[in-house]
Amino acid sequence: MPESVSPSPTVTAAALPRPVLEFVSSDSPGFLASLRELWSYRELLFFLAWRDITIRYRQTLLGIGWAVLQPVVTMLVFTILFGVVVKVPTDGIPAPIFYFSGLLPWLYFANAIPASTSSLLGNGYLIKKIYFPRLALPAGTALVALVDFAIGIVILMAMMIYYDVMSWRLLLWIPLSIHLWLFSFALGAYLSALNVKYRDVKHAIPFLVQTWLFLTPVIYPSSVVPERFSLLIDLNPLTGIIESFRKATVQTASFDWQALGISAGVTVVLLFLSLAYFRHAEGYFSDIV
Amino acid sequence: MSPAISVEAVSKRFMLGHAQGTTMLREVVMNALRAPFKRRSPGEREVLWALRDLSFAINVGEVVGIVGRNGAGKSTLLKILSRITRPSSGLVRVRGRVASLLEVGTGFHEELTGRENVYLSGCILGMPKRRIDDQLDAIVAYADVERFIDTPIKHYSSGMRLRLGFAVAAHLESDILVVDEVLAVGDGEFQQKCLRTMGELHNSGRTVLFVSHNLAAVENLCTRALWLEQGQLQEDGPATHVIQSYMATFTSSDERVRDLRDIPDRQGTGDLRFTKVEFLGPDRTPLAAIRSGDSLVIRLHFEVHRPLTHPTFAADLHTFLGTLAAQVSTQNDGYTISLLPSGPGYIDLAIECLPLAPGRYSLSLLATDHGGTWADHLQHCTSFEILPSARYGLMRGLRNPVLLLESQWEVTAPD
Repeated sequence: MPESVSPSPTVTAAALPRPVLEFVSSDSPGFLASLRELWSYRELLFFLAWRDITIRYRQTLLGIGWAVLQPVVTMLVFTILFGVVVKVPTDGIPAPIFYFSGLLPWLYFANAIPASTSSLLGNGYLIKKIYFPRLALPAGTALVALVDFAIGIVILMAMMIYYDVMSWRLLLWIPLSIHLWLFSFALGAYLSALNVKYRDVKHAIPFLVQTWLFLTPVIYPSSVVPERFSLLIDLNPLTGIIESFRKATVQTASFDWQALGISAGVTVVLLFLSLAYFRHAEGYFSDIV
Repeated sequence: MSPAISVEAVSKRFMLGHAQGTTMLREVVMNALRAPFKRRSPGEREVLWALRDLSFAINVGEVVGIVGRNGAGKSTLLKILSRITRPSSGLVRVRGRVASLLEVGTGFHEELTGRENVYLSGCILGMPKRRIDDQLDAIVAYADVERFIDTPIKHYSSGMRLRLGFAVAAHLESDILVVDEVLAVGDGEFQQKCLRTMGELHNSGRTVLFVSHNLAAVENLCTRALWLEQGQLQEDGPATHVIQSYMATFTSSDERVRDLRDIPDRQGTGDLRFTKVEFLGPDRTPLAAIRSGDSLVIRLHFEVHRPLTHPTFAADLHTFLGTLAAQVSTQNDGYTISLLPSGPGYIDLAIECLPLAPGRYSLSLLATDHGGTWADHLQHCTSFEILPSARYGLMRGLRNPVLLLESQWEVTAPD
């Protein structure tokens, strides 16, 4: 190997224009400190998400096709089964739009939760070899699932044009999507940390997700739920998100602010609890992962 | 000036048993249901202290080597300094940005191209994207993989992968560099390059912490060495001194027969255990002394605990400073053994001529089964002194070469 093509890096430590960083090993970072640290590692967060997306769509020809197929086929099944056969009311929304707009956030959640749960164990080889905020793993995984979600949004917009229900209200999807991501991230971070300690957590996830589907107004509108259960069903953060998501496709519908408010409250509380547990558990990840 | 790294009374404890702390949620729930008021204390488990009450400080710009046997706590210490794991008690203060290099090619993914992996690994190791953009050409040139940079690394040879991994690490921007046994892999040329780069990093004023079994590299690169023994600091001082006292512990006695049965620091399945080493002359009688250029038979006694088909044997000779001086194996010599039944036995390794310079050498032994799995592996299990002999001249003015050559000179000059 000729010497001329292998220039050696010459960076002098004195020339580095950075403040001295200091860490004391016994510190467990505070709530804000850990979010701030995650923010300072945002490039890593996006690189990890980019890695997963690249690998996923490079390996399978069907990568993008799958992102289209899954919601569309499920929507068709729901439309036929619940719209034509069982005749579940759809609040006056065209059945395909009703099901598709509820399915998109639901499928995001149903894909993001199992993936986040195994994100720490799946990247154990990194956790053992290098320091970075461990939160970047469940957070990045929750970002990856947004790609399929975005593809679904494009299909939904095409459907809205077809049914002539397009309106500016769908800008509301942006804050709703952030809300959805935050909730999935909060729950996913908690489950991922739990899964490091208790290896059978991942086996419970499909059951959890399946049960959750029936407790969430995806295949039925929340308007059919009896009044005395309405507060109970609103405690599920997905209720407010999915109902609002759906209502953004209809010009005339009014938002259920109570459900949305409860959903936001539950999400914030869950985020606090989840990060508290994560920060506590973080200390032993590299020892047992 | 405050030190770059200060470690105060640091201990790290691991719980043994029960799959290292993981468990099943099912068990926890079942236990709680069965006996809801019984408290389970973790004290019943066996405790292993990887580090115990360790304290030291390292100043800015120092290059420090860490030596010690397997399991002495070296890797745990590096992991604590790299923030990968937290100490069980004690305090670690690190001032400055740490780049830790506990393996080559951290975060590499098989399916991604060389270029993509440079970005991924660089980012994981803490390099901002803008800096990777700037350094990409230099990294690729350093690794010498220009032609393959857009090929997925699953098609790379292991050498190319190593070079690319180290190239990324060499371009990290950091105040403190923590390196673990990186040089143990790769070919000679690659190791030379690593060593050269590490030397340059040292000259740039960075603080470097370096763990290696290559004691010669530690001695060359480091001004200071820490010797860890069972999680505690055994010695701290100039690298040459520390390494010499460390090497001296490999064996204290200089017997011609050495019992190996009680050496605890061994690896492998235990299907075969070396029990004894004898140094014999070519006539199979005990030697009084070993001299440069002697013929020699090294008789390795062993006890087979489970019959081995097609086992192999190998031995390494290291100089006192850890340079690998010679390596022999049954495989390399084309000697095959079809079956070793259970019970005691020995194998003779005959060496025609031992052209090594006088000095102290250590012997490492390895026996494997037919699949290459280690049955017994003993590092530096015994050492012996090679004495000068007249065969290689007067032995004057030698500056510690490893090899001696039988040489003649002849001058031709104009009349």
